[in-house]
Amino acid sequence: MDDLSNKFNKKTRREFLRDSLRAAGLLALSGAVGGVLSQGQGETVWQIDPEKCTQCGKCATECVLSPSAVKCVHQYALCGYCDFCFGFYKDQRPDDTTGAENQRCPTGALQRSFVEEPYYQYVVNEPLCIGCAICVRGCQAYGNGSLYLQVRHDRCLNCNECRIAAACPAQAFVRVPAAKPYILKTKKAYG
Amino acid sequence: MKRWLLFILGAVGPAAAWAAENFPPPEFTSGYRFPPMNVPQPRAAVFAYLDMAVLVAALALASYFALRLRSRRHLFWLTLFSLGYFGFYRRGCVCPVGAVQNVAMALGIPGYTLPFVVGFFFLVPLLFALFVGRAYCAGVCPLGAAQEMVLLRPLRAPAWLEQPLSLVPFFYLGLGVLLAYLGSGFLICRYDPFVAFFRLGGTTGIVIFGVALLGLGTVIGRPYCRYLCPYGALLRLVAPLSKWRVRITPSDCVKCHLCADACPYGAIKPPTPEEDPVRRREGKTRLGLLLLALPVMMALGAGLGWRVSGSLARVEPTVSLADRVWLEQQGLALGTTAASQAFYKQGGAYEELYARAAGIRERFGPGTAALGGWVGLVLGVRLIGLSLRRRRLEYEADPGACLACGRCYEACPVEHARVEGLPVEDLVGAEP
Repeated sequence: MDDLSNKFNKKTRREFLRDSLRAAGLLALSGAVGGVLSQGQGETVWQIDPEKCTQCGKCATECVLSPSAVKCVHQYALCGYCDFCFGFYKDQRPDDTTGAENQRCPTGALQRSFVEEPYYQYVVNEPLCIGCAICVRGCQAYGNGSLYLQVRHDRCLNCNECRIAAACPAQAFVRVPAAKPYILKTKKAYG
Repeated sequence: MKRWLLFILGAVGPAAAWAAENFPPPEFTSGYRFPPMNVPQPRAAVFAYLDMAVLVAALALASYFALRLRSRRHLFWLTLFSLGYFGFYRRGCVCPVGAVQNVAMALGIPGYTLPFVVGFFFLVPLLFALFVGRAYCAGVCPLGAAQEMVLLRPLRAPAWLEQPLSLVPFFYLGLGVLLAYLGSGFLICRYDPFVAFFRLGGTTGIVIFGVALLGLGTVIGRPYCRYLCPYGALLRLVAPLSKWRVRITPSDCVKCHLCADACPYGAIKPPTPEEDPVRRREGKTRLGLLLLALPVMMALGAGLGWRVSGSLARVEPTVSLADRVWLEQQGLALGTTAASQAFYKQGGAYEELYARAAGIRERFGPGTAALGGWVGLVLGVRLIGLSLRRRRLEYEADPGACLACGRCYEACPVEHARVEGLPVEDLVGAEP
């Protein structure tokens, strides 16, 4: 390697200038980024603020994943356990049976089971859910709003700019601390 | 009982829009318990540290392969690894190119904090560039790797096209940084041409853009890196300060220009001819004029930027929403958009929305003026750079433009002689 560095053994004016500029650049870059970092509280992830969400359906179509990383979640403590669940049944339906033609969910992901007279439990079958928010719309409009959308972090790739966030008409996508990655509805706030 | 309640509510319609407890949660008598709510956690932080370690290791290897081993083959395999790891395994996020915007946003938006990994990804390739040049471009960047793989038959872009196109990354950087600083979204991520391949899915427009760039990349070396990449623009600024750099010939240059022919990125500059005193005087006058023109160009750019700030502000979702809602309220626009519908559904706080939009507009004024000034500065500095003469005794790689791909080593006859242990004296001094 000696033959390569021979030429540069003696410091020219240009090299001295370059060395000084490099040192200045080193300090400036590290200082700037270090300064910005020191204000931070760390990693963030994307989440949907259920207060802002208007159930437009873009979560199902815009996500880079297919099916979407956004799923419907169920806050059981808020649920009325209705026999006639507004998230489960369509407004206009042929009859009142639990047949697919009467259900809102296009994939049959909202599954109903009997608990005790007159209550029924509704469970989101997550692998089937596509995050289209059709059930959320029903539950939000007429019911308790116990069904709502959340980004599921076992699926989410945490893109630097979330494509759903860019398309969200309600600006409901927010960055939240990775240590508290869900915005869950609480009984107190919604009671 | 709930059945008739449903009918009443159905008649009232979605008037009860904001969910209250329309139906009080039942008190169960059968001992029923709520199913547990499953809240899966994000990717553990340890993986973020793995990414950072891989980044540093890949940068160190790229520097070693490019400057010490002088081996294109090693660099190629490293590039392939980076394409697999940062591209297809990590699906292109987070990368230093996008991280520029996170840093800008952290500076401009008080509520946003820069994640450590993102800051690290932004900083470390730049620090490497301060010492070893564009090692990140050489073998780590997945976007560069995707293009490096498709370059089959490189053609040289003519200088009149190369010069203006190579300024575009600086303008793109300015715009991306401005929009991120103002919190209006990440333009650079949105128009990332290859991330759709990494994620195996994207919008039609972006996929077409990516395919077109790859198609172009078969004959034009790494078009995204050279004519668009905003992080490349930053590296281009930093790399000329590097301590160790690509030196094509291991000993004396035989001036055969084989390396310049082999470089698909037009980064190799020929030795300068003897200076002509008349041209030198002319050059000095031109340089003086350009130095005087620089502040004028910046001021012009800033003024122009100020004037177009109103149009640019419309890319900000809140501003465009406020405009739209105002038009709809005045009866000047028919129908609603998805965003205005969402606004009405959220309760329609008009004054608050207008005030917020006005605040954002105000920040766009000086912001766009600064962008205009930046454009003027970049143009002026490039013109000055073109009229500066730098003496070169042999073929040299321009450290700002050199992506350290290693092709020139393979083309250099002196390097061949070195590798094979032949005496180079026969070559040196022989006229080409």
